[in-house]
This record gives sequence, structure tokens and C-alpha cells, in this order.
Amino acid sequence: MKPARKRRLIFLLAILTGFSIAIALMLVALKDNISLFYSPSQVASGEAPVGPLIRVGGLVVAGSVHRDHEGTRVQFDITDKAHSVTVVYDDILPDLFREGQGIVALGHLQANGQFVATEVLAKHDETYMSPEVADAIKKAEAKARGMSVDELEKARKP
Amino acid sequence: MIAVLGQFTLSLAAACALLLLLVPLWGIHTGRWRAINLGGPLAYAQGVLLAVSFTALTVAFVQDAFYVIYVSQHSNSALPLAYKIAAVWGGHEGSLLLWVFILSLWTVAVARFSTGLPRMTRARVLAVLGAVAFGFDVFILLTSNPFRLFASDYPIDGADLNPLLQDPGLVVHPPMLYMGYVGFSVAFAFALAALLEGRIDTLWARWVRPWTLAAWMFLTIGITLGSWWAYYELGWGGWWFWDPVENASFMPWLLGTALLHSLAATEKRGVFKAWTTLLAIAAFSFSLLGTFLVRSGVLTSVHAFANDPVRGTYILVFLAVVVGVSLTLFAVRAHAVTVHAWFDYASRETLFLVNNLLLVVAAFSILFGTLQPIIAEAVGWGKVSVGAPYFNVVFNAIMTPLIVLVGMGPLSRWRQMELAEIVRRLRWSGLLALALALLVPWVLPDTPQKVNWQLGLGVFLAVWAFGGQVTDMLRRTQNFTRRRSLGMAYVGMYLAHIGLALAVFGVVLSSHLSIERNIRLAPGEETRIAGYRFVFETLKTVPGPNYLAQRGAFKVFRGDRLEAELHPEKRRYGASGKTMTEAAIDWGLTRDVYVALGEPQQGGQGWSLRIYVKPFVRWIWIGGICMALGGLLAMLDRRYRRRSRYMTEEVA
Repeated sequence: MKPARKRRLIFLLAILTGFSIAIALMLVALKDNISLFYSPSQVASGEAPVGPLIRVGGLVVAGSVHRDHEGTRVQFDITDKAHSVTVVYDDILPDLFREGQGIVALGHLQANGQFVATEVLAKHDETYMSPEVADAIKKAEAKARGMSVDELEKARKP
Repeated sequence: MIAVLGQFTLSLAAACALLLLLVPLWGIHTGRWRAINLGGPLAYAQGVLLAVSFTALTVAFVQDAFYVIYVSQHSNSALPLAYKIAAVWGGHEGSLLLWVFILSLWTVAVARFSTGLPRMTRARVLAVLGAVAFGFDVFILLTSNPFRLFASDYPIDGADLNPLLQDPGLVVHPPMLYMGYVGFSVAFAFALAALLEGRIDTLWARWVRPWTLAAWMFLTIGITLGSWWAYYELGWGGWWFWDPVENASFMPWLLGTALLHSLAATEKRGVFKAWTTLLAIAAFSFSLLGTFLVRSGVLTSVHAFANDPVRGTYILVFLAVVVGVSLTLFAVRAHAVTVHAWFDYASRETLFLVNNLLLVVAAFSILFGTLQPIIAEAVGWGKVSVGAPYFNVVFNAIMTPLIVLVGMGPLSRWRQMELAEIVRRLRWSGLLALALALLVPWVLPDTPQKVNWQLGLGVFLAVWAFGGQVTDMLRRTQNFTRRRSLGMAYVGMYLAHIGLALAVFGVVLSSHLSIERNIRLAPGEETRIAGYRFVFETLKTVPGPNYLAQRGAFKVFRGDRLEAELHPEKRRYGASGKTMTEAAIDWGLTRDVYVALGEPQQGGQGWSLRIYVKPFVRWIWIGGICMALGGLLAMLDRRYRRRSRYMTEEVA
């Protein structure tokens, strides 16, 4: 092989090795840090796994918010209007957290059915509902009416 | 009617941009010099028209013209004047108008300062900028017109600007960020012009470098400001969240950094020409991609404005056209600009190559994480989200070797170098870094339990990168026998690299050694955290210009000495009914003390509070400022000012 070619080959191999390492690293890191979204109905039906990091989202049930008298622990229910889940959070809720508003909680489902959140997300914009929450509510309503989501959308159109 | 004026000038600007795209190119095609020379005047005309249009929108905000839909959505008569002006870019439509306005400013700057360029090149560059501006003008006019009026009844008062945006930092942050984003369009235009011509030489690189430096500098300032704002305004004390919108600004920054280094190699040694053009295309494409991600609503982001699928589709198509056209051009013409210059494995060229690969891989790993929710949904894995730990793990792993290189880079030589020599020169800096890495975790008070290898490694990297700059600076200034000074480009490089080292130091120390407590306290009570005594003295209700605030008074003692008096607020804005947490921060070079009000206790006097002690967190932004300053100094290097003479020589 000509020296110039050989040099180029070595560079290419080094780059490829580097990329492979980077991609392997990305995939491993991704595997551990990805979280799936479940609706309260999916939690109620046992579809959501107990243990791994997941997200649940729904509307905060009015009157369900209870704050601890001593520490900073908060407990509240979220619903997709069919089922609800109790969320426990030991931190300060975001400014936009309100009863009746859509939120998404990141955390772990416990065997007793409670969801222990490590993070609660409320949108900066009050009028906006997370698409995941909106979707969960739509699905729950469709199920209650015995329709598919598409049929429900059609039925809603004038 | 001010809105009509704005709309009219915006439409004229769109027409002007189309002419700017077509006329010079047609002139080149048919060999008409008069058409080719029209690029300049058209660029100025576009700048004036957009300036009028932008001013019209600003005046509409200042005059409380609530019959304009956009104004009514983002302003309120009680809003202070400065925020009425900042509200112009507080929403989607206005921020896009700012986008094209800034683009027109860059275009004017190119027209003004590129008179030394060959006229055909200048015409091509301006035409590409015209094409981009036209795409955005049409986008605004079709989908996001800020001048739309209410058809009949309009509200008496506006809905108010989002309280989060009512902050001095947010007045300057978007313009800076956009200056950076949009600034990469200049490098992009130069790259396309060069591909069209089929010629890239060191003069080309010398032309593009100051423009790229300018864009990079603004983007650095924008990102630094955004991070700082998030830290004090979002109320939870973090300075980076790996939010899609933050990533959208960070990816072009990484690619822009790669481009700066690759341009240096192209200018000095004539290597990496095709790669440099590709990077210039990529940096701008990522700016557009960022706009798409933010505006389309395909990703859930805390920053996303109101979302509209039409807007997303338009930008996606626009992005596809831009990327498609430029990559096709690249594929057809890149061979014309490639050269085979020799360099050794051990050489500055190789270091730059590795630097570029690391930066590009970093940008793509962030892209991968950011787009993962879309990919997963398309593949049917369900609705996933990617957490910050993914980005932290991957990004840190890629940055570690890069920062090792930063400490060696300045000492390296073009073509060929002795590794042994570099090792010898860097032995003191390496030993110092090692010693501090072992010492710092133990010397710092209050936190021995948190000591770990990552902290040590981080300190090592920061000191190593810093030491490399100082070592090289000493070497170069010692060896000066001629009267010539170091040169601004070198000073700028040192400063930027030192800024990076400072930022790394701040990131590592504040991440590992911060103490964060959530606690419930009532006025009159106190608590001890990390050697500080926090006394919650009183809580008062205080009126603001357009809000009512609960204002806490805290005294912070260290031993018996009063360290700070802090006044965190919880504000309730009248017009929107939104609440906002205003954290109170006592800043210092070695630590920040941070208090934010959480929620009041039900039926009691107590409040939940966030109390943080964050060591060296300021260094992150000080580092950012140093990097931006470094960019500015490098831009002022003498050789860029002499360029018009070179150019005339070349043309002659």
C-alpha cells in the first residue's frame, strides 16, 4: 500500500472506532435514562411497571392537594377523567401547579399504587396542556364511550 | 395605522429579498454588471424596510395598540415601558420578525464590509442571504403575521407578557441569541458562494473567520445570558436543563466552535476545505433546525410558544430545501475544493481534526437525545422522554478528551511536532493540575462526604486547560526577539480557552459541592445549612408596578458575621393571575447563597423554602463572558483589517 493511502486508512479507522465508541456510549446512556409515559388508566389497569423511572400525567384533581404540616411533602391525585393516581412529591411544586391543571410527573410507581415523583412539570403557559396529558384524556374518554380515538374525533366534529 | 405600515413594509421587504436573490444571480448568469452590482443597494433597502417594520411593531406595543392581536396577547397597559419593548419578541410572531430584522442587519453589514471582495463573490453571498430572508419573510406573512388585527371587537386591555419574561435578562437574551443563530447565515452564504464558484483558498477562510467569530461571540453571550436567567428566574437554581430549546441553541454553538477551528486550519494551512464548507452549512442548518424544534411543537419544551402544525410544516420544508440545496451543491462541487496537504499524525492539524470530530459527535449526540421522543413515537415505542442524565453522561464523556486537547493545542505545531517536547513543556502545568485535583476536594470545607473521582477529574481538566494556555503564553512572549506583539488572535484564543477552563471549574464544583435544602420555616424561625445560619425575619406584602408580592426578609450569618440580607419574593401578576418566584441570591466569587419562597403552609405561618449554597457557580458565566470576549479580541486581529488590500491585489 502507498504511504498516503495507508495514512488515510489509519485516519479512517481511527475515526470509525471513535464513532463506534460514541454511539455505543449514547445507546447505553439512553437505555438507562429513557422514561415512558403512562396515563392514570394505564396505571390503574396494571399496565405501568412498578419500579423503573416512568412519567404519568393528568389533571390535578380539585381538593386532592394535601401538604404536610411539618416538612415539604405534598400529595395529590391526577386523573384522565376515568381513573386517578395518587402522587407523592417531597419538593416544592412549580409556580404553575394548580388544581384542575394538566401536569406530568416523573418518578417511580410503588407496589401500593402510589406514584413517588422526583420531578413535577407544569407548563410555563397556563393555557397549554402537555400533548401527552391531552392524549391520555382523549383516550380515556374514547374508551368510556366504547369508541376509538379517531371515532371520538369524528363524533366531535360538527 | 401603525400596524398597516408594519405589514406594508414587511411585504415590501419580502419583495426586496426575492429581488436580492434573483437579480444578482441573473446578472452573473447573463454577465450584466449592473444587475450584479444591485446586490448592495437591495441589501440596504431590505434593511431599511425591516427596520421600519420592526419599529412599527415596537411603536404598537408602546402605544398599547390592543387592536393588534399579537400586541393584545403579549402586553398590558400596566406593563413597564422596558418590558413593553421586550414584549415585541416575547412571542412567536414578534420573535420571528426580530429574526429577519437581525438577518437584514447582517446582510447590510456584509454589503458594507465586503466591498473589497470580488464583485461576483459578493453578489453570490448577498443572493444566498436574500434567499434565506425571503423564506422567513414569507413564513411570517403566511403563518405568523404579528400585524394581524382583530376583525371586529378588540379587548380593552392586553393579556400581559408572561411574567417569566418580565426580567432584564430576557430583554437582552433573545436578541443576542438571534444575533448568533442568524449570524451563522453569513458563513453559510460564504460557503455556498465558494461552492458555486468552485474555489476556496486561504483568503476565503480569512474572509469568513471574522464573521464566524462575530456570530459565535453573540451566540456565546446569548447562551450564557440564558443560562444565567434560568438560574435566577426559573426559581429552582439550575443553570442548564438540557431542554430541547437550550439544546437547539447549544448544537449550533458546538458546530460553530468546530467551524472556527477548522477555518483556522483552512486559513493557515489550506487543509480541510471541503470539511469547513460542510461545517458552515451544518452550523446554519442546525440554527434552522432549532427554530423548527422550538416553533413546531413536535417536542414538549418549557420554552415552546403556542404551537401550530402549519408553522412546523413550513419550517420543516424550508429546512429540507436549505439542507437539500446546499448538500447537493456540496456533493457536486466539493471535489473542486479538496486538496491533499501533507501533515504528520503528531501535528496541530491532527489535533484540530480530533477537536472537530469530538465537537461534531457531541452536537449529534445531543441531537439524538433531543429527537429521541420523535424517533421513539415513530417506531412505536410509546411516548418516551430522555432525561438530563443521558446528556450529562454522553456530553461529559465526549468533552473530557476535548478539554485535554485544549490544554495541549496552543503548544502544538503545524505539519509536524515532537510529542515529547509538548509533554516536557506541559510537565509543570500537568503536575499542578494533578496536585490540585487531589487537594481541592479535601481543602474545601463542609463537604468531605461528596468527594469522588468525577470532582477530581473535573478539577484536573480545568487546571490543565488553564495551565496549557499560560504555559504557551509564557513561551511565546519569552521567545519574542522581534518587536511584534502577540497578536489579538492569540490573545483572544487564550482568553476563550481560559474562559472554557473557568466554566468547567464552575460546572464541576457547583455540581458536586452544592448544598440544596427544601425546608419549611415561619417568620422568626431559623435554620443552619452548610455552615450558614438562615434567619427568616419577616414576611410582608409589597405592591409592584403590575403585581402584588409576598416579600420575605432573611438574614444570613456565617459564625457571628452577617453575610447577606436576602429578600425573595412570590409575585402574583394582576392581569394574568400568574404567580412567579423571584429568588434572592447573594453572589460571590467562591459561593452563591440562594433563597426562594415555595408555598405557604395551609392554615399556618410557615412557608416551604428552597435554600441553596452553591460554590463557584458564578465561574460558569464568568467563563462564558471570557469566551465571548476572546471571540471579540480575535475578531479585532490586524490581519482581518488589512484584508481589503489583499483582495484588491488578488483581483488586480
